[in-house]
Amino acid sequence: MTEPRIVIVGAGPAGIRAAETLAAAGLRPTVIDEGAKAGGQIYRRPPDGFTRPPATLYGSQAEKAVALHGVFDGLAAAGRIVHLPRHSVAALADGTLHVVGDSGSRWIGYDRLILATGATDRLAPVPGWQAPGVYSLGAMQIALKAQGVAMGRRIVLAGSGPLLTLLATQLLKAGAQIAAVLDTAGMRGQIAAFPDLAVRPSFALQGLAMRARLGRLYHAGIGLEGIEATETGVTAVRWTDAGGRSRRTACDAVGLGWHLKAETQLADLAGCRFDYDATWSQWLPCADRMGRAGDGVYLAGDGLRLLGADGAEVAGRLAAAACLSDLGLPAPDTAADLKRLDRLERFARGIARAFPWPADQVRALSDDTVLCRCEGITAGSVRETAAYGGAEANRVKSLGRAGMGRCQGRYCQLAAAELIAVTGGLVHAGEVGRLRAQAPVRPMPIRALLEED
Amino acid sequence: MTEATGGRLVRLAETVRQPIRFLLDGVERTALSGDTVLTAILTNVPALRQAEFGPERRAGFCLMGACQDCWIWQEQGPRLRACSTPVADGMRLQTRTREDWP
Repeated sequence: MTEPRIVIVGAGPAGIRAAETLAAAGLRPTVIDEGAKAGGQIYRRPPDGFTRPPATLYGSQAEKAVALHGVFDGLAAAGRIVHLPRHSVAALADGTLHVVGDSGSRWIGYDRLILATGATDRLAPVPGWQAPGVYSLGAMQIALKAQGVAMGRRIVLAGSGPLLTLLATQLLKAGAQIAAVLDTAGMRGQIAAFPDLAVRPSFALQGLAMRARLGRLYHAGIGLEGIEATETGVTAVRWTDAGGRSRRTACDAVGLGWHLKAETQLADLAGCRFDYDATWSQWLPCADRMGRAGDGVYLAGDGLRLLGADGAEVAGRLAAAACLSDLGLPAPDTAADLKRLDRLERFARGIARAFPWPADQVRALSDDTVLCRCEGITAGSVRETAAYGGAEANRVKSLGRAGMGRCQGRYCQLAAAELIAVTGGLVHAGEVGRLRAQAPVRPMPIRALLEED
Repeated sequence: MTEATGGRLVRLAETVRQPIRFLLDGVERTALSGDTVLTAILTNVPALRQAEFGPERRAGFCLMGACQDCWIWQEQGPRLRACSTPVADGMRLQTRTREDWP
């Protein structure tokens, strides 16, 4: 029997553990990753020549980061995997991936495909968020980790989710000035979720300790009114505190984010089914507990379920084990990992409930608010288009361009869905349908289509 | 946007690296080896480019290659994504399209 061609997309915690599991079984998977070095966004490594130690870069998670980097680099050096760094999968069809790198593009066939594509920040529009100096929370963390820079001299962080608190403490520790940490989640909801969060007591306690370190910088239950800016950039954030009082905080940079949004474009092109998940308030691909999504495709990590880095390691091992057993090869025992997965999912769903998507804030956006940052499509335009053409996401995209821009709806799709739902008299955003992914899922130069490696 | 406004980014660590020289809109600027093009530009000036669909300037957004906000121009033509391209000595970068292009 010729060796099966297995391709893993993504070299974060899920992709690394999947590669390790397959290599341990004697297979030689190809790992395609956009990063220059394996680690993913969470364990991203700075370029050569940077000197901060892992403890500075990854804090309490340094051991896990070092272990993952070591495993992957060892496999690559030994030739037990094929590593394609700085490559993107732009499209896939009929068992073939269209892969784009610095030097051009190529086609890579597969018998089994493991998608470990991770997640992006989940964004809700705020009036003025198109101004220079507004970044996602993830962007600010990447800048600190991989470049050693703060994105401004006086920073406001706003949104909700674990990254809001974590990033604030990381920036403070590195010497950045934080003007305020504004959490749209109220304290009541956070406390109500505590029984679920307590299934990972050390994580829950770390979160509380970080919160304590922020002291009076942290405000729960706030409302975001808008971002003020001049031509050169952000000047202030206007917000209301939990008591309803209007506040204004001067700053030259704003970090925004509401937890994570699964990166699912490739799963969509691979033919996976999707369901709207009410807890995570987004469309997620369907798979069994092992990550089997049908047709030789396996999903792992935050691109399947938003369990975070530890959950991604577990899911990566499970997807590889499923792949092995489907190939009729001996697979490692998965009982312990499946049990871990249950506990991590309970915790993650607790996090999602404690720091929810701000549906009401989005639904209340003024008509002149820019909803799509790519093309400046306003909230009013989305409402008008939905009223004119019908309350379905792909129709609104076709007629009004929300989701048509160069990010392909990654950052406006969920907010647009809220507005479309309200306009159409629907109860929740899932009822407006899901934007279909379109290849190429990353922009690629025409040159890449004309020339092949 | 004036020279006096300076850069948007603040270097907090990793400042002992080889300096790199590049041209930005024809003006010589310095960065550090290992900087992305985005870091190199935004430690010098407050924005990367003009938005095509609004009056505002843009300075990147996601820094992970997902939002495509940070595409800028090079004098010789090809565009590049500033957040995921390492800066190199002698790069000739532009925050605006050349006006003499057809």
